[in-house]
Amino acid sequence: MKIDDTLITYLEDLSRLSLTDEEKLDTRENLAKILAHIDKLAELDVTGIEPLSHPFPSVNCFREDEAFASFDRQTILAAAPDQKDGCFKVPKTVE
Amino acid sequence: MESALILAQQIKEKKLGCVELTRHHLDTIKALEPDLNAFTSLQEEAALARAADIQARIDAGEELPPLAGVPMAIKDNICTVDAPTTCASKMLAAFTPPYNATVTEKLLAGGAIPLGKLNMDEFAMGGSSETSHFGPVKNPWDLSRVPGGSSGGSAAAVAAGEIPYALGSDTGGSIRQPCSFCGVSGIKPTYGTVSRYGLVAFASSLDQVGPVASTIEDCAAILTLIGGRDVKDSTSTDHLPDFSDAFTGDLRGLKIGIPKNYFAAGLDDGVAAPILTAARQLEALGATVAEMELPLADYAIAAYYVVACAEASSNLSRYDGVKYGFRPEGVGSLPELYLSARSQGFGLEVKRRIMLGSFVLSSGYFDAYYQRALKARRLIKGSFDDAFRDFDLILCPNAPTAAFPLGENCQDPLKMYLGDIYTVSVNLAGLPAVSVPCGFSPEGLPVGLQFIGRPYGEATLVRAAHAFQRSTDYHLARPALTKGGTAG
Repeated sequence: MKIDDTLITYLEDLSRLSLTDEEKLDTRENLAKILAHIDKLAELDVTGIEPLSHPFPSVNCFREDEAFASFDRQTILAAAPDQKDGCFKVPKTVE
Repeated sequence: MESALILAQQIKEKKLGCVELTRHHLDTIKALEPDLNAFTSLQEEAALARAADIQARIDAGEELPPLAGVPMAIKDNICTVDAPTTCASKMLAAFTPPYNATVTEKLLAGGAIPLGKLNMDEFAMGGSSETSHFGPVKNPWDLSRVPGGSSGGSAAAVAAGEIPYALGSDTGGSIRQPCSFCGVSGIKPTYGTVSRYGLVAFASSLDQVGPVASTIEDCAAILTLIGGRDVKDSTSTDHLPDFSDAFTGDLRGLKIGIPKNYFAAGLDDGVAAPILTAARQLEALGATVAEMELPLADYAIAAYYVVACAEASSNLSRYDGVKYGFRPEGVGSLPELYLSARSQGFGLEVKRRIMLGSFVLSSGYFDAYYQRALKARRLIKGSFDDAFRDFDLILCPNAPTAAFPLGENCQDPLKMYLGDIYTVSVNLAGLPAVSVPCGFSPEGLPVGLQFIGRPYGEATLVRAAHAFQRSTDYHLARPALTKGGTAG
């Protein structure tokens, strides 16, 4: 399939990525090659086959309802790139 | 390099001091790291303190677990509160997690002495350990070649004698292929055997943590230590393997299948030959070996890269520069923060996979790619179910070639992906597999064989691998690098 600038821009948007011109060239070329290989899947007859999203599907994995302490706020905030007044700090979100 | 179990025994018998052994390995690491680059960080002081504590407990007559007091190291995508957990990415270069992975907790409870964190492909995405933010890992057998990946640091460090054993992770072959390239042993457990809590998620339905060591007996002991159900990972199970009957050396009654189609075009003769020789050795040990077919192998790479990248694009959406991880300076708005943090924090291969994953999940392509890949996954799993009606084990290569030169596949991601042909179906089907050394290529590079087993069939895999190692000495061969302490 043809990988054009419109598709690259769409994928950048979906992925929250902004590629450099060099990365865009690379992606156009390599995504086309990779998808050409993946298109082999079209040869397979999958009529009536259910998708398998997990090797051993399981449901309702219960555990005992035991109370345990969560992390304290400072422990979690210690890994944050920026913090203020006990909260994660981000650029202004509402103009 | 000695077996971890033998070292542990010598420590318990007080023939070997725990601190002395830890210092020895730290010294070896410092001598070899300028060449190998297998580590992302060292925790020297913490390791020596733990070693002193274990020694004191031994001196006090305390009974300790089987691997207590033996130094080791942990792949850098497994969370450790005492050390950075970087995933070899700029995104997490400064990240120290607030919690330990369950496997880390189990190692510590088992008396392990972690010396440091091991280099890898960025976010475990690669087959050569070249995409690391901290530079490529080198193969101790030939420093101009890759150690394989993504657990390249784990395999190279064990092969070079820097550590007796390591933890790696395997999403599509990331334990087995580097073990093959570096001449060491490893186990990719059945999906759910080892808790994934605290393993930084790449593709959650495929990821498993597993051991890397110099013998399969060591690997079995490590798996026993780290495995088992964990309430923090609801996909983990109670099927902890029982290895008590696995070390007899007798393979009578064992039926081993060799997939003919795996030994066709695309496989180097230098890799095929030692594996076929190993098949004769297994027959001599009592096993029945017969040719068979594993259909659908041609579709495994395609199905795997759709599924793995789809899951990765979802898992890696958490990196936003807010809660932890890389944040660029001087961004004006929240959307700009997300974009800049991700665009500057991820390397190119990670970006490629996120974009491929976004593509196959996007409206208009979901059915043709993602759903179709999941249907192919069911067919591939079914082909293994069929094979295991006739055979107890499947014997095949881990990779089409021995270790390739650094840089050879960097510019061609599809070529790199195609190298995963013999390993990815195992992850799609959730099966256990082992990789053990079985000879050398004409260039003198290690070649490993792969055994694939039924779900929860680790004991059968270990039985076959142990009998093979007991009757051969490929796993005892060491690279020249470690003999004189200089690059060979």
